[in-house]
Amino acid sequence: MKLSGSEIIIESLKKEGVDYIFGYPGGAVLHIYDALFAAKDIKHVLVRHEQGATHAADGYARACNKPGVVLVTSGPGITNCVTGIATAHMDSIPMIVISGQVSRQYVGSDAFQEADATGITRPICKHNFLINDRESIADTFRKAFIIATTGRPGPVIIDIPKDLTDPNVKIAFEYKKNIKIRSYKVKTNEDENKIEDAAKLLCLAKKPMIYTGGGVILSKASKELIKLTRLLKYPITNTLMGLGAYPSSDDQFLGMLGMHGTYEANMAMHDCDVLLAVGARFDDRVTGDTKQFCPKAKIIHIDIDPSSISKIIEVDHSLIGDTKSILKKLTSFVAKHKRNINNHELEKWWKKIKSWQRKNCLSYKKSKDVIKPQSVIETLHKLSKGKAFVTSDVGQHQMWVAQYYKFDKPNRWINSGGLGTMGFGLPAAIGAQLAYPKEEVICVTGEASILMCIQELSTCLQYGLPIKVINLNNRYMGMVRQWQEFFYEGRYAMSYMDAIPNFAKLAESFGHIGMVIDKPENLEKDLKSALSQKNRLVFVDVITDQTENVYPMIVSGKGHHEMHLAPSANEDIELA
Amino acid sequence: MNDDKRHIVSLLVENEFGSLSRIAGLFSARGYNIHSLSVAPTSDDSISRMTLVTFCTDAKASQLMKQLDKLVDVINVKDLTGETHIEREMLLLKVKSTPKQRDELKRLTDIFRARIIDVTDTTYTIELTGPTEKILAFIDSLGKIKIIEQVRSGALGISRGSESLEIKK
Repeated sequence: MKLSGSEIIIESLKKEGVDYIFGYPGGAVLHIYDALFAAKDIKHVLVRHEQGATHAADGYARACNKPGVVLVTSGPGITNCVTGIATAHMDSIPMIVISGQVSRQYVGSDAFQEADATGITRPICKHNFLINDRESIADTFRKAFIIATTGRPGPVIIDIPKDLTDPNVKIAFEYKKNIKIRSYKVKTNEDENKIEDAAKLLCLAKKPMIYTGGGVILSKASKELIKLTRLLKYPITNTLMGLGAYPSSDDQFLGMLGMHGTYEANMAMHDCDVLLAVGARFDDRVTGDTKQFCPKAKIIHIDIDPSSISKIIEVDHSLIGDTKSILKKLTSFVAKHKRNINNHELEKWWKKIKSWQRKNCLSYKKSKDVIKPQSVIETLHKLSKGKAFVTSDVGQHQMWVAQYYKFDKPNRWINSGGLGTMGFGLPAAIGAQLAYPKEEVICVTGEASILMCIQELSTCLQYGLPIKVINLNNRYMGMVRQWQEFFYEGRYAMSYMDAIPNFAKLAESFGHIGMVIDKPENLEKDLKSALSQKNRLVFVDVITDQTENVYPMIVSGKGHHEMHLAPSANEDIELA
Repeated sequence: MNDDKRHIVSLLVENEFGSLSRIAGLFSARGYNIHSLSVAPTSDDSISRMTLVTFCTDAKASQLMKQLDKLVDVINVKDLTGETHIEREMLLLKVKSTPKQRDELKRLTDIFRARIIDVTDTTYTIELTGPTEKILAFIDSLGKIKIIEQVRSGALGISRGSESLEIKK
């Protein structure tokens, strides 16, 4: 079979099982778009800005664990993708970004729409390629998919000069599934003895704690994690990225940990004597002051990335490899050594944890006059029965979703944890909704974040995506305002938006349903009616309390035991 | 306070465009310094061999090894610092040589087993190969002789004995 470079690209994507491409056409990729026009099995989603394409592909990947695919043109096409690529990279999300490049004879001549795509994206992706000859197109695509989806996943960029996609030059096409990449190997160390040692250490713990992150979701190891945790009967906490891997409604779950984690999760981290860390990378928002992090604990760390081991926190015991397979083996060794667990000590430990839980750290003052943002999330949880795919932008609203929307399943919580990208939520919801057309997809956002990618409302109309956008509108960049209140004596420098649009009308002008909720008594009823619109996007502008802060909070550089609690929390609870 | 140590690192990398900037970029992105770096193809011209010298703590060096290993283009990487190895560096030096200084320069060149490889009526160009300490000692010994130009290759390193950096992947 003889194919042009463009046809090879499309055929390669088909061989990889790609069903959606998120993209935006332009000069350098027009040959590819022409080939795509003829393709039946791949659907193209036209975004309104290339950043939206990357976030949509990212949201798709997070929802269904398949790599998201992006197609953009050269120059501004790829530079607009930078934020989205970096977002995916920080959270280890598999993604393939295909960018057109000017024809080879113009490369390096400052040609129209020329940018050094591989140079610009090099530090923010797992790997990138600039294709130099037609013969290597197919192999490069296979390599890119292998690199993006194996080991610790991440985005891979393929930059392809326009002349290589010329429809008139055809070459033989063969797609070699089993291609070797000499310099790329996923390193594992699943030595059974080491795993058994870890199991023994775990079973000897008096104050154990399990701390798990996004790696569990990426390796689809939720079931294995639940099995191990229930077998041990140990307390467990999830990072922001790991929420949903263990059911939040379960009694052994202590909530999220870290800067805005629960009192009980953070105190248990601080006091534990054995910590099992799974697919988590000891991010600074999780550890706080590293010198005071789990000061009494022996730490076991399971991760696919050797460079994550002892990067931030020196660990005692490392197991490198696929989380799912290690958890399975660890569980069988735990079953063998389970009789060593000191149930008396474990009971004492749980008693202490229960006393921390009585602080009720997520309680907040209810109000009849103004809508409390927390209550919006709680109501959403109730109305959607905790089953929705929820995307968010970045800031206070993101933390409130993490705290109050109790995720029971993996992949349902989609947010930019590492890079903290405002503008992520709406396009990510597009990806999630396309991955699961029949599921409820809610984008919780704020009036500052949503404006960073608001243009994608137009994409939602074109593809009939019935996303529910819940805008927690407090007329401030809430998290910035909160920090200014705490650390800058209330000098709210440039964190108030003076010219906020009428979001309901804005949504209507995009062809959607716009709605405003500004009274607490209408909250549940109006949210219910918004969610009942099964075929339309509804933009719900919820006017919330301007002064609400996210609690608990560990100030940067403090230890887990030095939390600020909400004024409404039970300060007077006697601690055991 | 400063526990920085000299680390000499050997790398085998794919001889592809971008490989060098990936490695250099990793250093700047993660706050490491590159003291010296030398790169050239091996007998297999699809593979380049690099020798890199950096100053950092042992903990940072171990993290650096993992980060380098993680780069897709890196075939193998090894910190030679902890094991017996051989290091060589080459120096090309152009110095002013007044008639009075010529004998002294010739003598120094002999002592250090360097070679004079170019001569004009006012300059000598000298070549010297050896471990970095020897290069530095030679430069030091020149005293008041004026150096016009100094070119150093940076260190090259190889393990002693039968050990070698393999294409293991």
